[in-house]
Amino acid sequence: MVDLALAAPVAPQARWIAALKRGGARLWLGAALVGVLALVALLAPLIAPHHPLEQDLMSAQLPPAWVTGGEAAYWLGTDSLGRCVLSRLIYSARTAVAVALIAASLAAAIGIALGLIAGSFGGWVDQAISRLIDVWMAFPPVLLSIVLAAVIGAGLTSVIAAIVVVDWTRFARVVRAETMVQLKRDYAAAARVIGLSRGGLLRLEILPNLVPLVVTLLSVEMGIAILVEVILSFVGISVAGDVPTWGGMIAEGRQIVYQAPWIMALPIGCIIASVIGFNLLGDGLRIVLDPVQRQ
Amino acid sequence: MRWGEVVRRLLLIPPTLFGVAVIVFVLLRVVPGDPIAMMIPPGASPEDILRLRVFYGLDQPMLQQFVTWLGQALTGDFGRSISVHRSVFALVLARLPATLELALLATLIAIVLGLIIAMIGIHLRGRRAEWVVDGGVGVLLAIPDFLWALILLLLFGVLIPLLPISGRIDPQLDVTFRSNFYLLESLLTGRFDVANALLHHMILPSLALALPFAALVARILKTSLAEAEDQDYAQIARARGFSRPKILLSEVFPNALIPTVALGGVQVTLLLGGTVLVERIFSYEGIGNMAIDAVINRDFPLIQGLVLTFAVLFIALNLVVDLVVTLLDPRLRHG
Repeated sequence: MVDLALAAPVAPQARWIAALKRGGARLWLGAALVGVLALVALLAPLIAPHHPLEQDLMSAQLPPAWVTGGEAAYWLGTDSLGRCVLSRLIYSARTAVAVALIAASLAAAIGIALGLIAGSFGGWVDQAISRLIDVWMAFPPVLLSIVLAAVIGAGLTSVIAAIVVVDWTRFARVVRAETMVQLKRDYAAAARVIGLSRGGLLRLEILPNLVPLVVTLLSVEMGIAILVEVILSFVGISVAGDVPTWGGMIAEGRQIVYQAPWIMALPIGCIIASVIGFNLLGDGLRIVLDPVQRQ
Repeated sequence: MRWGEVVRRLLLIPPTLFGVAVIVFVLLRVVPGDPIAMMIPPGASPEDILRLRVFYGLDQPMLQQFVTWLGQALTGDFGRSISVHRSVFALVLARLPATLELALLATLIAIVLGLIIAMIGIHLRGRRAEWVVDGGVGVLLAIPDFLWALILLLLFGVLIPLLPISGRIDPQLDVTFRSNFYLLESLLTGRFDVANALLHHMILPSLALALPFAALVARILKTSLAEAEDQDYAQIARARGFSRPKILLSEVFPNALIPTVALGGVQVTLLLGGTVLVERIFSYEGIGNMAIDAVINRDFPLIQGLVLTFAVLFIALNLVVDLVVTLLDPRLRHG
């Protein structure tokens, strides 16, 4: 129960602090995991002990340093070509972060635009976009992105294109539904009464109310984008062969999983930490930004 | 969903499939990359290459190719695979049962597991241990099926080698099947040793597919159970002296089932889509694994056929789920 008499106006700063507290452990843990990932990606050349492509065939398939047979020079061991696993993990984070940022933002931009259009115009425009989404949803998403990446050809652009083309519907569906809900609210009607144009209404009134939803979706989508990149590089159709990726490392590790299980285990750990980080961050942000809980 | 809605949805199936076919068809042909180049031996003469292009119809304009393909597809002929040199229809039909059996087993595991977790969760409701269940469900949900596949492969295939990690059945096992539903057939004909061997190969991939889905079922079911338990009828039953397990099972559970089927059912398609990669990881011979091979080999007719197969399965599943919800929910039956 909220005692209304006590709910006096709060300073904006205090409100933000309260909001961040409400985000709780999820927000902080998520932000920490994502922050570490971003830092590692940014500082890769500084913190990686070796060049990710540097081969040392004399010390191939070394176990991590603390296991018997490991060498101190290779903390997390080496792969079958004698490349430093730790350095490859670190450099792989760059591909993951680049794909997450670019692909998720582009998918969001396209999805939000189409969702807003469908939700606000209604009629045949809404019908056309909704049918397009229906057709899209009939594709198995993993298979569609594999087909796309394969036909576009190897490279970062094709991975990003594959993710954007497959995942814009996630944003479009939610934004369309939410736009329809918001447009029925009293404040939207009031804005129309005072003579706001459709564009102005969408930009000034509807979009700000979509922010919590979109930020949450965006964070989750970044996790998904990382996963799709992993899938594509696992199948062998992601970036060029000499760029290290977690998915590529897993695929190589799968071949020698009985001899060197750590080569597969370590990238899996990195992926899980990143994906859980983005999910927690999304959860936390949703609670922080939710206008209903803000009071 | 009302019955009129069912009819509307049925009518929407052909245009949706047509859309899927058009998109895949165009997508595969507007991009560079020649499937013929993948299949010719080095040193083939230009005439040979041209003959192959003509044989597969790849020399025709795109619209012509599509009309030809569509005309044949409507009669059940989906062309010939370029990499395996067999009818696409026969190839898909031979592999589809393996995927269906895997998906079905995974769904069963997910439902049973989800029910158990939800029951434990609702039993612990309000106690401190509840967050352990909720947190566990969150982790199960956050990690997608193909990562579970890799984790399970490492744990129970390599570190503690309990189960086989590749194939559908042991290659040294000499058995013949009349159908391609190996598991169903061996169960129906009473060959339980064979069924056992098949199940051993299927446990890890189906568990990987089942875990995120089980978590989803558990989360929705637990929320619905909690809501239903707070309703008047449940409170009245308690006031009349019925025990909590009795109320949960006979009063609360049937009402909590509807949202679970409605929300969870839609996600079965995710499980089906997940077979693509999970089959690949466990070298399981289903259509998912075949699809990745087809993509790598640029086998246009096979990719086309497989994507359409998945689309048909997706649409059919969604429709079945909606029908089941309509049947379960008395409010929707009289629309």
